[in-house]
Amino acid sequence: MSDSETAGKTDSKPARKRKYDYSSGPPPLEINMKWCKACNICIALCPQQVFEPDRDGKPVIARPDDCTQCTICWVHCPDFAITSNYK
Amino acid sequence: MANKKRHLMLGNLACVHGAIYAGMRFFAGYPITPSTEVAEGCARELPKIGGKFIQMEDEIGSIAAIIGASIAGLKSMTATSGPGYSLMVENIGYAYMTETPVVIFNVQRGGPSTGMPTKGSQSDTMQARWGTHGDYTAIAVAPSTVQECLTETIRAFNLAERFRTPVAVLLDEVIAHSREMITIPEKGEYEVFDRVKPTCKPEDYAPFEMTPNGVSPMAGFGEGYRYNVTGLTHDPMGFTTNNPAEVSPKLDKLRNKILDYRDETVKMRTEMMDDAEVAFISYGSVSRAALQAVMLARKAGVKVGTVQLYTIWPFPEKQLAEICSRCKKVIVGELNMGQIVLEVERIFGKEKEIHTIQRYDGEFLTPMQLLEKLDEVL
Amino acid sequence: MATVKETDKAEKQKSDVMLQYLRPKKKFPSVWCAGCGNGAVMGAIIRAIDKLGYTKDEVVMVSGIGCSSRLPVYLDFSSLHTTHGRALPYATGVKFAKPHLKVIVITGDGDALAIGGNHFIHACRRNIDITAILINNFIYGMTGGQGSPTTPSQAFSTTTPYGNVEKHFNPSELAMAAGATFVGRTTVYHVPQMEKMITQALEHKGFSLVEAVSNCHTYFGRLNRQGDPVAMLKMFKEQAVPAARAKNMTPEELEGKLVTGVLLDIEKTEFCDEYQKVVDAHRGDK
Repeated sequence: MSDSETAGKTDSKPARKRKYDYSSGPPPLEINMKWCKACNICIALCPQQVFEPDRDGKPVIARPDDCTQCTICWVHCPDFAITSNYK
Repeated sequence: MANKKRHLMLGNLACVHGAIYAGMRFFAGYPITPSTEVAEGCARELPKIGGKFIQMEDEIGSIAAIIGASIAGLKSMTATSGPGYSLMVENIGYAYMTETPVVIFNVQRGGPSTGMPTKGSQSDTMQARWGTHGDYTAIAVAPSTVQECLTETIRAFNLAERFRTPVAVLLDEVIAHSREMITIPEKGEYEVFDRVKPTCKPEDYAPFEMTPNGVSPMAGFGEGYRYNVTGLTHDPMGFTTNNPAEVSPKLDKLRNKILDYRDETVKMRTEMMDDAEVAFISYGSVSRAALQAVMLARKAGVKVGTVQLYTIWPFPEKQLAEICSRCKKVIVGELNMGQIVLEVERIFGKEKEIHTIQRYDGEFLTPMQLLEKLDEVL
Repeated sequence: MATVKETDKAEKQKSDVMLQYLRPKKKFPSVWCAGCGNGAVMGAIIRAIDKLGYTKDEVVMVSGIGCSSRLPVYLDFSSLHTTHGRALPYATGVKFAKPHLKVIVITGDGDALAIGGNHFIHACRRNIDITAILINNFIYGMTGGQGSPTTPSQAFSTTTPYGNVEKHFNPSELAMAAGATFVGRTTVYHVPQMEKMITQALEHKGFSLVEAVSNCHTYFGRLNRQGDPVAMLKMFKEQAVPAARAKNMTPEELEGKLVTGVLLDIEKTEFCDEYQKVVDAHRGDK
């Protein structure tokens, strides 16, 4: 793809510096799959789209490095299925 | 003790003094004739001893508040009459299910509905047994003098604490509004029983634990034991369950903890029964007339005796059968359209002649009326 | 949404605190539907209590009957799950008997305002130091979706299948009129606001009400075509108008909106304190 075609598409915001480095160590969040009811709230509300749904609709941490530790996911989780391992 | 101070006291107020003696420190109620003096008495007396009085917005609020207070650790009571008791029954059921000790006074008046607020009756006797929905076993006591208003109240609290269950005190308006000379007992004169508290570690506490006698130790909220109380059927931890294997034991516990020990609840007074061929069976104010009637009849040579029930529920089947074993006839006297007579019929069946004299016009049964009935029966 | 400063503070929060307050021996996950706002309310309550440093033994949670009323059993406090509509008088008994206990009532729109309406207004009037968290989902969820006193006019429920012909209460206004001294309204979308409001309500001496608007997508949402939990949360975000801004809006502009924020915060004498003065004055009298 040429630059003129990519501009304005996937990178509608300028590439930003990742806030926290999760390339090593535990991921920022852990999902208790036994408690998760696949309500989709965390996946939909995450401002950085850190999660992707698995085939049951439960969240998988697809982009750990995008997590800004905003806490929106786990404060909204109705089943306390998300625990944070923040740096 | 010989020169104990005597007081001229109203029946309703004697109940207050009995309750205070038994350790009651929380009253929540709603005014209703003819029970209001109990509330007013508590309003005056409780602050003097660091107790709590609250007039709630209705009877349902009242019964709820006293159950909450009991679970928080205080001995609590309320007082009402028929219409108020009818409002309370749902939450009395909650006290049964959650095994919470509370004492409820029903100063009975003419019913049904608004009935006769200022006239007495004994027409809520069956309601004290069956008022709320579901399966449970009730305890109810009935004083017949102002002194007994005090002593039966102490006994009611003791039964409530012993069995972890609500207890009704059934007064008729006549007794509640009579003034008689009484003495207030000294400390230690009457036994005061307190609920059994847990001694285990908090993390091991099961609030509805199955114990040998069916009564589980009860911690008050805030005393170091945290637990769940619910009106849904629950397991020994207090967690909700629908599982038949857990529901039956719970309901059995509610019944057996009382019925297996029902002899502890029985209290009767019998006079001239040794050679009696006819017996009066009664409770509350009727028993006073019955005693008078029997004394007069004996003077005339009639072999009649009287049995007064102090504990109405659980109905003292065994003891009543024993005491009336030589009688061929019994006369049940009540200020209603025949309620306890149904229990008497149930236990005596066809083996005796069962007669009933009923008065439900708001006036009390007189000794003369009882003697006339006795004449009829003989 | 949150200011930069609040975001910084929030980032420091860890989720560990939540699990410390769940009741040991109780089975999880909860009985609530997937995505039910009740869980978010429960989380906000835990964080508020943790922040305020109450001991577990001094907190008592009292509830009535309904989905919201299932909340207390999940937490490691003393919990009293009572009869429909009667949480407030039970709580009054507990609080008045032992005023040092921190008593929190969890109730719903039906439980508190229909069958419990009388107790609601008197608890407000008495200004007893209890915090009531009223989870308002505009429906009777537990029993399958019947209309409640807050079901909006024209809305559908199983008992208003042709549209609700009745008018509805505003619980916060009702509480203020009846004498409550702290009243706030929030939604399960606005979780940080909810947590802050619950903290303030708990600290407030007197009767405090936090009305938490919540999503019953299973019944109200489905019957009124409001979508799944996420759609309903986004709807609450759109509908919410802060009280300060609402002051300058007309009734027409406020149609269909939810006025949120702390609506009332005043000091008045509290019931248990006033009664204690009576006891102090008369203790030992003959």
